[in-house]
Amino acid sequence: MTAPSSQLPATHSSGIAFILKKAFISACVALILFSLMIGIRTLPNESGQLTYVTRFPQLAAMVAIVFGGSIVVELLRLWWGPVDTARVIPPSIQSALDFGGRLIAPALLIFALLVPVIFYQQRYILDLAILVLTYVMLGWGLNVVVGLAGLLDLGYVAFYAVGAYSYALLATNFGLGFWECLPLAGLLAACWGVMLGFPVLRLRGDYLAIVTLAFGEIIRLVIVNWQDLTGGPNGISGIPRPTFFGIPLVPGDNGFAAKLGIPFSPTHRIVFLFYLILALALLTNWVTIRLRRLPIGRAWEALREDEVACRALGINITTTKLSAFAIGAMFGGFAGAFFATRQGFISPESFTFQESALVLAIVVLGGMGSQLGVALSAFAMIGGFELFRGFDQYRMLVFGIAMVLLMVWRPRGLIGHRAPTVFLEHNRAIAADLVKEGRG
Amino acid sequence: MSGNDILAVEHLSMRFGGIVAVNDLSFTAQRNRITALIGPNGAGKTTVFNCITGFYKPTEGSIRLTREDGGFRQLERLNDFRISKLAKVARTFQNIRLFPGMTALENLMVAQHNVLMRASGFTLLGLLGLPTWRAAERDAIERARSWLDRIGLLDRADDAAGNLPYGDQRRLEIARAMCTEPALLCLDEPAAGLNARESAALNELLLAIRDDYDTSILLIEHDMSVVMEISDHIVVLDYGVKIADGAPRAIRDDPKVIAAYLGTGDGEEIVAEGVS
Amino acid sequence: MDYFAQQLINGLVLGSIYGLIAIGYTMVYGIVGMINFAHGDIFMIGGFIALITFLILVSMGLTAVPLILLVVLLVSMAVTAVYGWAVELIAYRPLRQSFRLAPMLSAIGMSFVLSNFSQVTQGAQVKPIPPLITGGHTLHESAGFAVRLSNVQIVVVVTTVVLLAIFTWLVSRTRLGRDMRACEQDQTMAALLGVDVNRTISMTFVIGAALAAVAGIMYLLYYGLVDFYMGFVAGIKAFTAAVLGGIGSLPGAMLGGLAIGLIETFWSAYFSIEYKDVAAFSILIVVLIFMPTGLLGRPEVEKV
Repeated sequence: MTAPSSQLPATHSSGIAFILKKAFISACVALILFSLMIGIRTLPNESGQLTYVTRFPQLAAMVAIVFGGSIVVELLRLWWGPVDTARVIPPSIQSALDFGGRLIAPALLIFALLVPVIFYQQRYILDLAILVLTYVMLGWGLNVVVGLAGLLDLGYVAFYAVGAYSYALLATNFGLGFWECLPLAGLLAACWGVMLGFPVLRLRGDYLAIVTLAFGEIIRLVIVNWQDLTGGPNGISGIPRPTFFGIPLVPGDNGFAAKLGIPFSPTHRIVFLFYLILALALLTNWVTIRLRRLPIGRAWEALREDEVACRALGINITTTKLSAFAIGAMFGGFAGAFFATRQGFISPESFTFQESALVLAIVVLGGMGSQLGVALSAFAMIGGFELFRGFDQYRMLVFGIAMVLLMVWRPRGLIGHRAPTVFLEHNRAIAADLVKEGRG
Repeated sequence: MSGNDILAVEHLSMRFGGIVAVNDLSFTAQRNRITALIGPNGAGKTTVFNCITGFYKPTEGSIRLTREDGGFRQLERLNDFRISKLAKVARTFQNIRLFPGMTALENLMVAQHNVLMRASGFTLLGLLGLPTWRAAERDAIERARSWLDRIGLLDRADDAAGNLPYGDQRRLEIARAMCTEPALLCLDEPAAGLNARESAALNELLLAIRDDYDTSILLIEHDMSVVMEISDHIVVLDYGVKIADGAPRAIRDDPKVIAAYLGTGDGEEIVAEGVS
Repeated sequence: MDYFAQQLINGLVLGSIYGLIAIGYTMVYGIVGMINFAHGDIFMIGGFIALITFLILVSMGLTAVPLILLVVLLVSMAVTAVYGWAVELIAYRPLRQSFRLAPMLSAIGMSFVLSNFSQVTQGAQVKPIPPLITGGHTLHESAGFAVRLSNVQIVVVVTTVVLLAIFTWLVSRTRLGRDMRACEQDQTMAALLGVDVNRTISMTFVIGAALAAVAGIMYLLYYGLVDFYMGFVAGIKAFTAAVLGGIGSLPGAMLGGLAIGLIETFWSAYFSIEYKDVAAFSILIVVLIFMPTGLLGRPEVEKV
């Protein structure tokens, strides 16, 4: 909770008296907000009745922090001038960043390929890298729907869930292997994408938002309640681990290590999983980049820019929207199948609205439509999230605060400009403020 | 009225609730001619356009588009995107509707969607990068380039459409409509907001479209210098009703048209704004 | 028949609570055109403030129930209103002219902040209180089944009706209401005509939060408990209600709230309690297929 933003012109907001006054007001507001919530802690007593204890020192500390923080923010504001991103990043640095930007993607790719080599001994980092890549893939998948087609989807996690449960159920009930299930999981998720797409064809903006959200919740609630099939809240365990194209990554004579004649190590599987998700994510990226240059991808972007004009040009809005939903969902399904095989256990808890919000935050913070931006923001978000592993109960709090601050700082995301899909002479990026975000 | 009509509108009516925007309108537009639809504000011109291009479903009446080989389509039975795709009717909008975040070239590529979609094997062949698709894409770029050249925007091909000056945007929108290879091009106030020089260039462009591209034009326009100079035929609407129909010279001297534009002296009347 | 009547009563009471929250969504949507995702958590904060105030009053030895209720109502409405105001100022105002998704994500972030703030400060356990208002009336009794209308239910419905009356008067008859309607139509024009747009938007959030606080108190009275997670579920339901009724329409929000309350109650009573939320969401989707702007929403006229 920082200080209220100034509504006065910068010239008026100078002077120590003014800063102190603002800080004092902020502190007063903080006192009102926190007096009951922080100053009083409700607790059950021995007989189970609710009573309370006071925590005035903590309250005083919080109010003091707000007072101090407010002064700091005001001073920073004076120092920087009015907050505005153009000032925060001067043009010279911006152009240097743009130049650097061309090198970032290949550099990141090489780094990603080398991660298992560099961090072979650090299981924790490998696990984290797999998690980051899973979110990169989800972000790229959702980017097709939100970033390119401009259709707001608050229930993307549903397709992730469909993919995960498809694999888990097919593998545990019919004994199918990962490589047979992967396309099936993607296909099933794509079908669900089309199923979601049909009712929402005519919906716009916030109606679309609530229906996709409701759809995600319906899928989750059905998974929770259909106990015979899904095991309900207990989930499904014993999901088969992936094999190296048929060779299991286990100790023993049939195992991958034995066939290669090297000693068995559990890290082999982690490394294999890492390259598996990296390949899946890169496939997503390649297909998306390819699609953008095809008529279907251009139609998605045109749809985002102006639906009426699309109709006047003879573009079938229905199939265009449905294809965006289906392809986004398919990638979500792939990621879900990977998630299931990696965890070996899935339950509805992994598919809550928070996941959808997280993936959407990754896409928007990345800069809608930008593949590199999405990858960077997935890295930043999941990595940042991981830093707070030790402070579990503060984790979501900090995540929420970060989301608010990041949006206020860069509403168009890290990479807001758009790269054209085709050019005659110059491949010039298009400024963020020209690119529409879609009404869907 | 000969057999050379491309568009025949018969007994067209459009009502919004209680407001009658177009009432029992009949007119025809001839092939390879420029037909202008004029009338005071609120006369129902844009409503007629929206009916022809499928954005509104007419309350009553028939709109028939005749192909060169004699086959025809009833436009009132097709829904929006099929009118452009199957009947080959393209349109522009009163308030320009380009894709502002896409480049001028991309705008023209989007317009060739249906051709490219087929060429890309509905995405699958394109995804694999087959040579047939690459050739089709090259052709599409070439067509876009020739149109950009024609409207004098070749040097701005890679600029965002939203960054172009107003007059350029108007021309780009016409070029975009032409990239769908229409038989009939409907232009909603193409000269609005243009200066005299741009207006003259527009006249030239429209005449070239009529003569060189085998495209008939239906045009709504307020700028009489444009209408009188390039139209072959003029239809005058007032309060949703046709009040005159004929060659430019005849329309200019028609007392009913003069009365509609200048008033008849019996006071101001409130025109029902039933059109968007 | 009696069973039906009982479910009708229960459904209407639940619907009143949803309706009160839904009004906050719909007001904010009408005026700034964004979904205030944090609104469900404002409702939850309202419940917590009411709970804490109640505990303090009881420990001070106050026993008169009407007095306790009045104080709890006033304190909770006031403090929660400040929360609503602060949320708008911190998370939404800087993004007002920005593109559409930024405020929405900022709102989702704010929702996480609020729910986890109360988890951190008050703990994750459910907080129960003893029933404050007891007793009720048997309306009809036959064949061993009695249709009961409890006093809590009466309080909830009466409070809702009174607040709605005050609120309707506020929007339709006062200067503030006129300013709000003006900002809803065109903020730039309203500002040119001397309406303080910032203040009007702030007041919208304040009023919405105050109504959510009342809903929080009603929830506390009716169910006798609060927890940090209740904002999410109730928020989604109320938002569903607002959309079902036609977002932006105030009577629609109340109608949608009642509809969702009734659907949930009847589905639980006659079909299965597990799938009540699925039923509510499915009906929302079905309604929107046929009426894309909700029950009372203005149809969006496409300008071509």
